[in-house]
Amino acid sequence: MQNNQKPTVSSTTDLQREVAELMIECLNLEVTADQITPDAPLYGEGLGLDSIDVLEVALTVSKRYGLQLRTDSADNQHIFSSLRSLSDYIASQRTR
Amino acid sequence: MSSLPLVSHVSPDSIIAWRADGAVTLRQFLAEVSQLVARFPAGSHLLNMCSDRYRFSVGLAAAIVAGKVSLLPSTHTPDVVRQIKVFAPEVFCLTDSDHYTVDLPQLRYPAMDVSQADACAIPQIDSQQRIAVVFTSGSTGTPQPHPKTWGALVSSVQAEALRLGLLRNTPCTLIGTVPPQHMYGFESTVLMAWLSGNALGHAQPFYPADICQALAAVPAPRVLVSSPVHLRALLDAGLALPEMALVVSATAPLSAQLAQDIEARCNAPLMEIYGSTETGLIATRRPTQSAEWQLLPGIKWVVEGDCVRACGGHIETPTAMNDRIAPITDEHFLLHGRLADLVNIAGKRHSLASLDHLLNTLPGVVDGAFYMPDEASPDHVTRLAACVVAPGMAAAALLAALRERIDPVFLPRPLLFVDALPRNSTGKLPRTALQALFQTHGTRKPA
Repeated sequence: MQNNQKPTVSSTTDLQREVAELMIECLNLEVTADQITPDAPLYGEGLGLDSIDVLEVALTVSKRYGLQLRTDSADNQHIFSSLRSLSDYIASQRTR
Repeated sequence: MSSLPLVSHVSPDSIIAWRADGAVTLRQFLAEVSQLVARFPAGSHLLNMCSDRYRFSVGLAAAIVAGKVSLLPSTHTPDVVRQIKVFAPEVFCLTDSDHYTVDLPQLRYPAMDVSQADACAIPQIDSQQRIAVVFTSGSTGTPQPHPKTWGALVSSVQAEALRLGLLRNTPCTLIGTVPPQHMYGFESTVLMAWLSGNALGHAQPFYPADICQALAAVPAPRVLVSSPVHLRALLDAGLALPEMALVVSATAPLSAQLAQDIEARCNAPLMEIYGSTETGLIATRRPTQSAEWQLLPGIKWVVEGDCVRACGGHIETPTAMNDRIAPITDEHFLLHGRLADLVNIAGKRHSLASLDHLLNTLPGVVDGAFYMPDEASPDHVTRLAACVVAPGMAAAALLAALRERIDPVFLPRPLLFVDALPRNSTGKLPRTALQALFQTHGTRKPA
């Protein structure tokens, strides 16, 4: 089982920007990609995403990068804790 | 006094749950229940926040055996926790999380010693015993309590089990994507497994790949208990699905098309459940065969003008539903959407009037209103919007204040700051005026 593996690849700022734009497009968010800072939380006080948003973004990300998101057993919300952690996860798991 | 057994499994070796480390027998379950009872503090109410479905079920059973009431609010925002303390000052919280942030005395779910699994008399529970209190949003922002007695829950869940064909000789395993704390997950995963001789899966899978993994981890026959949001994501992901015997959906009606796709892809019948926090489940349908819902035995509608109430069966007091009900026969009906005041976002319901009330009581808000746009598609989640007159107040501060008080699914998107709300000469706020306001705004989105 590979799900507990922590990402070992760091994402580039280009990828982070691409992922930010994907989220904005997918959720119809009223911010620009520049306004989503890499380490600000995506949940709660940060961008304010909730679990329904996360499921939507997960689907879009899965298709775009050819990967499947899995719940990190250590912490459910780890992958979506910030733009950086989501982008790192994508960088380490992407097949396209 | 009549009493009913806690579970319908008869053999101590019957499987009642599946955890990551394998099957849990009735004998083991009952031993863990007694161990937890011994650790309970004196308080008569508990907030069972265990996210693992098996641990939740042990916590619930232990509470029932110890005569304590499980409180099941729909969300755990700081404001709701404060109101729970007012409702039951001696309340404690049972948790299995490492990230405990709730402001209540906590009982950490303990490690169990399963070597002493010898106690196995099935507890008999008084049907009048109040085992749980569920809460709805109410119209003034104070959660409204709805007590549930053991007898009423047993009767509705057994009727559902019969309707869903879950009382067969081959035990199934129920895999739920819905939390056990939500009335639907509470009845249709936890109580359903107990009262129909089936087993529950411990996991609460979230991503499509998690759902496939949770299904594959338990033996067939498997039942997936889910919601439109998760089922649509599961189908969209295009993964190879493990064999399923039945798919169950609730929280919002599925479109005919999505229902057909689910049956085709899962290669299993899909049953939908209809109910509410107040009434519990009251009807079922198989949407690929009929759009009509069939009431559970004994339940009837009482129609008085526009008001349709459900009564009979396990319903103790006649209860108005939150949806437009069109009775077809005594037993069959159609749903024609929600009542205007109610919003239902992914199974969480709230009164619009109470959201407005809440918004207007926030310091700094002069006037404000929530607005529910028309649904773009029945299978996609539509979000609330809001407009406020709040000079000098920042959006972040307003959202933070709302987040303290309401579940995040109800946070407005967009939140529009305006100089005045489009009220008419009598001070009313017509829906069409709000609609126009948000449409104009929609065309001026930042690039």
